[in-house]
Amino acid sequence: MWRGDYFYLLRNLVLKDFRTRYRNMSLGLLWSLVNPLVMMTMMTFVFTKIFPLTAISKFPVFVLCGLVPFNFFSLAWANGTTSIIDNAQLIKRVPVPRETLPIASVLGNAVHLTIQVVLLLVIALAFGTGVNRYWLWLPVLWACELVFVIGCALLCGALDVYVRDMRYVVESACMVLFWLVPIFYDISRVRPQYADIYQYNPIAALVLALRNIILEGKPPRAVLLSKLFLVSFFMLLLGWSVFRRLSRRFYDYL
Amino acid sequence: MDAIVFASVTKTFPMNAQRMLARGYLAKWLKRGSRERFVALRNISFRIPRGQTVGVVGVNGAGKSTLLSLVAGLCPPDEGAVTVRGRVSPLLQLGAGFHSDLTGTENVHLNAALLGFTPEKTAESFDQIVEFSGIGPFIDQPARTYSSGMTMRLAFSIAIHGDPDVLIIDEVLAVGDQAFQVKCMDKIQQFRKQGKTLLFVSHSTGAVQKLCERALWLDRGELMMDGNAADVAAAYEDGARVNVGTP
Repeated sequence: MWRGDYFYLLRNLVLKDFRTRYRNMSLGLLWSLVNPLVMMTMMTFVFTKIFPLTAISKFPVFVLCGLVPFNFFSLAWANGTTSIIDNAQLIKRVPVPRETLPIASVLGNAVHLTIQVVLLLVIALAFGTGVNRYWLWLPVLWACELVFVIGCALLCGALDVYVRDMRYVVESACMVLFWLVPIFYDISRVRPQYADIYQYNPIAALVLALRNIILEGKPPRAVLLSKLFLVSFFMLLLGWSVFRRLSRRFYDYL
Repeated sequence: MDAIVFASVTKTFPMNAQRMLARGYLAKWLKRGSRERFVALRNISFRIPRGQTVGVVGVNGAGKSTLLSLVAGLCPPDEGAVTVRGRVSPLLQLGAGFHSDLTGTENVHLNAALLGFTPEKTAESFDQIVEFSGIGPFIDQPARTYSSGMTMRLAFSIAIHGDPDVLIIDEVLAVGDQAFQVKCMDKIQQFRKQGKTLLFVSHSTGAVQKLCERALWLDRGELMMDGNAADVAAAYEDGARVNVGTP
């Protein structure tokens, strides 16, 4: 039906999200730096002064390796989930390819991710971790997370049209995930019988791989990487096929 | 060659679509999908050859907007088939793709992308779009400062510069002032001469007669009459239910 320029459309949708979000704020883009810095400082304070976790060195870097992927995931997932309903006017009046809306919403958040990744790397260098050749894995890891989030956004964005409670489900899931991703604790403290839960959680896998690379200067384990890869692409496939099926009836339910 | 073909098209909507809570799902599951549906269009058939200008008349809730949405490809029919050949440019609602916090320029780019323009095409026709809309220096102001007339001017201007084969207009022209309406009519006439198809919904039978050669009259989802614009307009005004076969 629609035979336009897909990338031009995506670019314009991302720009729209971006401009409308920041136009009226005096700090603008700096906000994406403020949030992780505040969280990093707070957690470092709590977990080195109040509940000291002495085994972990360079705690700010450690915690940021967890916060940056988690923040991106939770924000992009939540925004992607509401993207169809937020753009109901567009869906009902313009024959735009519907999958571009959740994708654009995730890509808009990826701009913040880029800024936060730079912050993470700068702080890591400031703590003297140094650059190593395994840093070449980093773009691959972030790409996996992006693929995974787009899958989640497509799936939940489509479901949100029919079951409007979806956004609260996503919100609660993010709360649970905050504790189930090793953001401020070390995976080695998790007993082996519970560790299986972490195996297939791509966000946890990403955090672990990041710490391997940045803090320990080791390559991430091949098993971990292949699982991350598989789960991410499976999610994209699932999200895409569910979205394809459900989007035919969006008009009737919006 | 036909630009738009409707073959026994029926379109229904679920009733109480918003009340799909857990309770609703349970009830549906127990009753095995015997939910009520609202019939917006019932068994509609017509063909519009390329280059024809067709008006659609009918009271509120007659199914006019549903018909346009089907042509625009916004939803699939429940039964029958809708075939549309060529590029469609829909103007279904005032400023549907506009964001109030974006400036006119930014909105032009966004809407051009939504309508499927390439970046080159947008850059090429940008000046013409602004020129035709006649909104002047307001192009750099946020769209929330625009009057409804200005929004419509810009939206119409973008839609026609997309070089569509089929243009769909739903009542939006009514908010333009006299001068702009005349300008639009001229553009639409020019459009017809280029052999393009126009589907036009209006409550003003005068506008339909002036602009269209043919008209469809819808009432409660049924095609009451399909024929010469003047005849259909007269019948619609009388409220007479004349059934004339397709010409």
